[in-house]
Amino acid sequence: MAEPQPKPRELAYVAAIAEGVRTVMQEQPDAFVAGEDVAEAGGVYGYYNGILKEFGPERVFDTPISEEGIVGLGVGAAATGCRPIIDVMFMDFMGECMDEIANQLAKMRYMFGGRATLPVTILSMAGAGASLAAQHSQSLEAWICHLPGLKVVMACTPYDAKGLIISAARDDNPVIVVLNKMSLAMMGPVPEEPYTVPIGEANVVRGGSNYTIISFGRMVHEALAAATQLEELGIDAEVIDLRSLQPLDSAAVVASVRKTHRAMVVHEAVRFGGFGGEIAAQIQEQAFDYLDAPVARVGAPFSPVPFSPVLEANYVPNADRIVAEAKQQLGL
Amino acid sequence: MSSEITDDILLDIHRRMVRIRTFEERAGKMMEDGKIPGALHLYVGQEAVASGVMVHLSDQDYITSTHRGHGHLIAKGGEFTYMFAELYGKATGYCKGKGGSMHISNLDLGMLGANGIVGGGPPIAMGAAFSCKFRKTSNVSISFFGDGASNEGAFHEAANMAALYKLPCVFVCENNGYGEYTPQANHQAIVDVADRAPGYGMPGVVVDGMDPIAVHEAAGEAIARAREGGGPTLLECKTYRYYDHVGVRGMGLSYRTDEEVEQWRLKDPIVNFEARLAEQGVLTPEAAEAVHEAARKDVDAGIEFAEASPNPDPAAVTEDVYA
Ligand SMILES: Cc1ncc(C[n+]2csc(CCOP(=O)(O)OP(=O)(O)O)c2C)c(N)n1
Ligand SMILES: [Mg+2]
Repeated sequence: MAEPQPKPRELAYVAAIAEGVRTVMQEQPDAFVAGEDVAEAGGVYGYYNGILKEFGPERVFDTPISEEGIVGLGVGAAATGCRPIIDVMFMDFMGECMDEIANQLAKMRYMFGGRATLPVTILSMAGAGASLAAQHSQSLEAWICHLPGLKVVMACTPYDAKGLIISAARDDNPVIVVLNKMSLAMMGPVPEEPYTVPIGEANVVRGGSNYTIISFGRMVHEALAAATQLEELGIDAEVIDLRSLQPLDSAAVVASVRKTHRAMVVHEAVRFGGFGGEIAAQIQEQAFDYLDAPVARVGAPFSPVPFSPVLEANYVPNADRIVAEAKQQLGL
Repeated sequence: MSSEITDDILLDIHRRMVRIRTFEERAGKMMEDGKIPGALHLYVGQEAVASGVMVHLSDQDYITSTHRGHGHLIAKGGEFTYMFAELYGKATGYCKGKGGSMHISNLDLGMLGANGIVGGGPPIAMGAAFSCKFRKTSNVSISFFGDGASNEGAFHEAANMAALYKLPCVFVCENNGYGEYTPQANHQAIVDVADRAPGYGMPGVVVDGMDPIAVHEAAGEAIARAREGGGPTLLECKTYRYYDHVGVRGMGLSYRTDEEVEQWRLKDPIVNFEARLAEQGVLTPEAAEAVHEAARKDVDAGIEFAEASPNPDPAAVTEDVYA
């Protein structure tokens, strides 16, 4: 009998983010962290705690409330030899800096004939569920996935948060790491040593034989809870966490659907025009003959995120809604 | 111009300040009690600014506010019933529970919303000022914003356009020394935001934002000039928030000293104003207490209303998206 393995170290999502950033700062002398309240305060949610102390004010600094300036700082610095880590506190604030993201960061390399390299990592918090209302709760990944030149990843566990941040910072392309504010306290195993979660590789978080749920971000956990409920209906659901939306691991999705013949996409963002549409389209392009049912989609209704807890509870997708949608899709 | 200040105006300013403070202190308690969900940015300490400005305005004049918006709405005439109902997320709230603290608004009162986006207000205020001019009214539009917000590009664009088009707009910077946890010295290289005014082509004025009469006078001049077609003003009020950026803790915060808070509290806009009014024989301590008592009663009634109000119908989530 093998020796019992020591229990792996567990870390909260928020601490895993900090550890990812620390690792990057240790291994890359040209990396720095810039953003609103990232230094002295350690970030509004504390996920830069200790970073200022360890790396000093030249490499970790608070900026004015000037998102366009902050991302622009990242673009200009990256084009000239730095590896910036830029914090856009809430994903909603991408509105303020969208020109720098969409027209500069995403396109500079291409416009310059491949002669510029922009190793910028942007960290940003998405997610509803805390009664923070319409301008502090959105999941806007569809905005940025539509921009050639950017990579977009979403972390749903502490392990992925650290690993994706390290991968993002080692990547020579701009990578936006979308984090979730409702997952900050979530605990999970996180190795102490540096490791990467490859960008562009989906993660099959639950194996299944006759149904596939494709999800990303915090909704992966709802999908897993739904999968347990679906067992009672004789549905053996495979759950895929995309982790990376751009590049997208279509092969993993298609392989699963060819096996299970039925699929659903789940995301927290507004369903209409959401990233789920892209996945559904790719499935029908690449696995049409394997499908026994139309691809279902679960997402938020077509409205801004409401404030009232009662309304918000009816807004954010959850396991029950996933199950209900599956029943409808399959005529159960 | 409008330096004429009657006893009635003094009492009006006092009443507005007391109403704001009373509301905010209780809102903080209700949040601590778990009755108010989400984030609460309290206005306590800054009452003189909203009150000193708002006495010059009618319901047909517009304001834009910030994440720290309750005080602006109260000074503009907001009713505690609908305000508490909104903070509670009830169907009877000013925004039917859809906006909450950070988006509280009432167009009938000319209040174009608190705002979750720092720097979100100034361009909208500029647009409302354009509308006042376009529709040939003599109304004005006031943008309240913080020292932190003055670093958003949106503010600069709004200020430039307001000056260019000579719009009836007043940019009221409530400089409370911090943007979240960052002191002003770490977010801009200037001390007076009003220094920027000449760069936009408008007058810049700095006043003691803890002194309601100083605010009243400076705002009166700026608003009168705006009404008369003289264009915008950048009015900076030096003030302080007693509590943390968000929530109800005041002391023991890592980014500022308790001594600093105590120093500012010595300049308390309400306490000092009451002393002054008593000295002038305008308001006796008993009369002042009656104002506080009335405000407390209103708060009680507001909370009662909010607690008795129904939650929104969950199906209402997709209503109000389009006209
Ligand atoms: C565009 C945008 N960036 C950042 C934030 C986060 N945030 C909310 S309030 C705040 C500080 C604002 O400071 P200031 O304008 O001085 O107003 P105060 O809080 O002092 O009243 C920040 C950074 C935000 N809500 N919107
Ligand atoms: Mg401030």
